[in-house]
Amino acid sequence: MTVRIQKRNQDTKMVPVPSESIIPERDLGKLPVLECKHLGIDFGGLTAVEDFNLTIGKTEIAGLIGPNGAGKTTVFNLLTKVYEPTRGTVMINGIDTHGMDIVQASKLGIARTFQNIRLFSKMSVEDNVRIGLHNQIKYNMFSGILRLPSYWKREKQQHEKALELLSIFGMQDMADMQAGSLPYGAQRRLEIVRALATNPSLLLLDEPAAGMNPHETQELMDNIIKIRDQFQIAVLLIEHDMNLVMGICEGICVLNYGKIIAKGTAEDIQSNPVVIEAYLGKQKEAQA
Amino acid sequence: MNSKKRKLIYNAVTFGIVILAFLLCNIFYSDMSRSLRGQLIPICCWIVMAVSLNLVIGISGELSLGHAGFMSIGAFSGIVVSGWLLNGFQMENEILRLIIAIAAGAVIAGIAGVLIGIPVLRLRGDYLAIVTLAFGEIIRNVLNCVYVSADGASLNFGFIDPNLPGTLLLNGPNGAVGVKKIATFTAGFILIIITLIVVLNLINSRTGRAIMATRDNRIAAESVGINVTKYKMIAFVTSAALAGMAGALYGLNYSTLVPAKFKFDQSINVLVFVVLGGIGNTLGSIISATVLTILPELLRSFSNYRMLIYAVLLILMMLLTNTPAAKAFFINLQGHWKKKALRKSIEAEQGKGGTQS
Repeated sequence: MTVRIQKRNQDTKMVPVPSESIIPERDLGKLPVLECKHLGIDFGGLTAVEDFNLTIGKTEIAGLIGPNGAGKTTVFNLLTKVYEPTRGTVMINGIDTHGMDIVQASKLGIARTFQNIRLFSKMSVEDNVRIGLHNQIKYNMFSGILRLPSYWKREKQQHEKALELLSIFGMQDMADMQAGSLPYGAQRRLEIVRALATNPSLLLLDEPAAGMNPHETQELMDNIIKIRDQFQIAVLLIEHDMNLVMGICEGICVLNYGKIIAKGTAEDIQSNPVVIEAYLGKQKEAQA
Repeated sequence: MNSKKRKLIYNAVTFGIVILAFLLCNIFYSDMSRSLRGQLIPICCWIVMAVSLNLVIGISGELSLGHAGFMSIGAFSGIVVSGWLLNGFQMENEILRLIIAIAAGAVIAGIAGVLIGIPVLRLRGDYLAIVTLAFGEIIRNVLNCVYVSADGASLNFGFIDPNLPGTLLLNGPNGAVGVKKIATFTAGFILIIITLIVVLNLINSRTGRAIMATRDNRIAAESVGINVTKYKMIAFVTSAALAGMAGALYGLNYSTLVPAKFKFDQSINVLVFVVLGGIGNTLGSIISATVLTILPELLRSFSNYRMLIYAVLLILMMLLTNTPAAKAFFINLQGHWKKKALRKSIEAEQGKGGTQS
């Protein structure tokens, strides 16, 4: 495996990587929401991600694509501090996340969904969103036990906010249902709502359209843009559905064997020979 | 609000049953057999134990096997505080002494919960269960070596060394002897109500939801910014403090109490209450704790076959609550709610024009 990675590294050296930011011409605001520099992680002797550089500005929608096993989800886990990177830095809103844990990263404004849905399936839809609001609308344990006025006030706020967030996807009617009994697509949408409830500045979506039909995917695309505009947040998404990626991502980053092999707009990526090679194999090999 | 209404009804029914049972017990007190009367306070204690253990097992999702340890800490600190107040301060008011003893039991057991929780809650699953079991045994063995005496207003502590001045309140392996019985059934009832208020209000609050989130999906809970260790700790310490209260009441109901009373099998006994009542089901815990405490006493007339029948009944109850046929019956009872919810979801999906994949 390591041999193959080294070989791949030699190949990619010939390809000039465009720039730090996916879309250089876009105004990223004063401070990028996310800034990764030379990010890398090793598992034992295996280098899963290496020299990952990415800058995402405010209100940018970026895509992270690549063949299976390229390290996309590992990048997400590095950004959300599930793993501590072996090399390099991750800056969220200009703050270095070195040594932080998942909870601290979440409080900095990074929220995510999961490839395999991780809802609190035994609880109601509304409670799932309320758990997302955990750090937004607070009261302490004793006012909860003693039912002090602050409990009623904050509970009401949580209820209203949860319904407001659910209404983004038109799910306010399902608020009372058990999250685990929802249809698959609705579970994915609920996960996004829960992530939004944490008031993030960067939303990471891990295959949001997996298992959705074309109609639902189109709806999801509209909703992602709507969320971006409404909440003024940046979105980074992993997706295999190329219609979605090419349709809404302003910048795309292609990962293979843990390294970025190409960055650019949808047009750049579609015509990039290295990307085509990574997905379909070399032309010579195909002929042989 | 469907689910909110259901929770409210559930809580109201739980409180209602407890209050009704208390009133019935008071009305028919004179008709009760002597052994049953003697069981009333222990039943209250075991209900509090079961409900508090349910907080750890059902709500925070960690299997704790050392619950009797916290009970014994509560029991002996309650006895010591009560004896100290009587000997040192001549406090004759039994009710006040009982309240202070129970509060002391809760606080000391809570502190023990924090100290034990720090190392234990770093573990998960089976490892956590084994370590809590070990701590339960450690507590019992340490209490076997502790001597406490009251000399006037001062408390003297001795470890292994029994030569202490004043009246001996705690006598190592011989436990507490000559305890003044001050526990009352009313106190037990109030304790159950306090426990129910704490547990049920905790579950239906921000803290409770965070605890349940760590149970259902640890990674997702962390990703929305919930400090998993903190909330597991809250559940564990609350449960320990409630067990301490139950222990203090239990200790002050007997004239003698030895640390060997709180062995591992008592922890398992409480676990049986919780499992049989339904994990996470508070009302179930109350009912099973009551029935399973009375049952061995009712079976006393069979003396030789008592534990055999008890075991068979336990197995039958577990089968009844776990066979598909019995489950189907219970689900049919809930069917009304489920159908309504399902219809609502279908309508909502159709309204959106999306189809299930």
